[in-house]
Amino acid sequence: MTITKTIFSGFGGQGVLVMGYVLATSGMHDDKHVTFLPSYGAEVRGGTANCTVTVSDEPIASPVASFPDFAVLMNTPSLVKFEEGIKAGGIVFLNSDLVELKPKRRDIQVVSIPINSIAERVGNVRSANMVMIGAFIQKTGLVSLKSVIRSVKSIFETKGSKVHKMNTLAIEQGSAFVK
Amino acid sequence: MDRRLMCGSHVIGEAATRAGCRFYAGYPITPQNELPEYMSKRFAKMDDAIFIQAESELAAINMVMGASMAGVRAMTSSSSPGISLKQEGISYIAGMELPAVIVNIMRGGPGLGNIAPSQQDYFQATRGGGHGGYRTIVLAPCSGQEMVTLTMKAFDLADAYRTPVLVLGDGLMGQMMEPVTFPDPIDPAATLPQKDWVLDGAGGRDSRLIASLILDPIDMEQHNWKLAGKYKAICESETRHESYLLDDAVLAVVAFGTAARIAKGAVNRVRKAGLKVGLFRPISLWPFPEKELKALSSTIKHLLVFEMNLGQMVEDVKISVGEQATVDFHGRPGGIISTPHEIAGEITKLIYRYDTG
Repeated sequence: MTITKTIFSGFGGQGVLVMGYVLATSGMHDDKHVTFLPSYGAEVRGGTANCTVTVSDEPIASPVASFPDFAVLMNTPSLVKFEEGIKAGGIVFLNSDLVELKPKRRDIQVVSIPINSIAERVGNVRSANMVMIGAFIQKTGLVSLKSVIRSVKSIFETKGSKVHKMNTLAIEQGSAFVK
Repeated sequence: MDRRLMCGSHVIGEAATRAGCRFYAGYPITPQNELPEYMSKRFAKMDDAIFIQAESELAAINMVMGASMAGVRAMTSSSSPGISLKQEGISYIAGMELPAVIVNIMRGGPGLGNIAPSQQDYFQATRGGGHGGYRTIVLAPCSGQEMVTLTMKAFDLADAYRTPVLVLGDGLMGQMMEPVTFPDPIDPAATLPQKDWVLDGAGGRDSRLIASLILDPIDMEQHNWKLAGKYKAICESETRHESYLLDDAVLAVVAFGTAARIAKGAVNRVRKAGLKVGLFRPISLWPFPEKELKALSSTIKHLLVFEMNLGQMVEDVKISVGEQATVDFHGRPGGIISTPHEIAGEITKLIYRYDTG
């Protein structure tokens, strides 16, 4: 697949934009073409947030997704909003701890992951987005896991080694869950 | 090459700094707050640069006017309603023949509007914007990398023609992140040509006057003819556009900025289905690439103009091609971001209507 579009969506505060930023940064490190398009309404913690990331082997024409190949949905409202638009044969990644509904469509693949539970086991529910990005990368192979860990390290450089260790563990646990 | 993933507003800020911009004044407004944010941080680390968060848009544009008079490369930025407030100052800057770079990260309007991406200020940007029949050069980037080149170019053009230059983006261009690379920064003191008109203290030389108040109509007519000559020269040498897959096309989409990116996605899609469709993207909105578009319409007989407004650039397209080609329009105002498949649908409809391709 030469061009791939992914929508990340969830509550503000779940690290949805960070997930997209990590994917875009990792894609750049892997010498791909990338665009990161955040939604930027009058967002508040607890409101909805989403972003569209395109990863491509060729220059990217439109950063906007007509029908995303992948959707990473961290809460119920995200599923309601984005299920319809996912490309047939695409994959939806659900945070099964928080998404109360099941997708209705039969032409998409569903990967359910208890993101919050895994993050809590890792040591902090705030690393939920890292668990999800680990699972996402393992399943899609869009970029290398090595690039993701490197990107996360550089993005959170100022937070120190303790945070880096937890992030790395969370990414690995998410990855292991879908292996 | 060192690639950096940055949002458009930050890219403009870094490009401006590297182009030798040493004065920035602005007043906050979404969706361009990342630009003053960037300038404040960037200039704080420099000895020869000044950042001011002004008390208003009016103050900001007039500070830029003053900095420009003193010979410094100066920039301000805002979003649609804020740009309206700056228009008086922009008219003065044009009248006084001062270089300045003004960035408009457009939002939905009219009035206070919303903060979503839109292209509703095309008329305002390309017709001068304020009073007095002046023009501003308008550059419309459609990618992070083009924001680098066009922002830097904007400073060169502003100096070369002593005229305000607008960089016209929208919320999507300002917020979207793409990997970019930057050329080495210039040292403005060492590299830029001396300006022989600046107000830098008359000690030892005759005094200079920079003013837009010219009371005698004979003198004012002369001044207007002088500006007209300059605008003619700009029209002759400063049009910019991109042609994409036009060689065998039977229909061309005409779009700028964000709309052009979406249209390009649509063109790629309908090409896969075998439709011979290309894209003509004006990069300079004023001067508009009129001759180039006219030449195109001698072979491509159907044009679809797509804008994130209800039809503004379409007027320039019609003026350019006259009766040589059909000109259809598709627009979404108010901050709606069309998808490529929506535009692909419009293209397909026209291919059927004109029974071509």
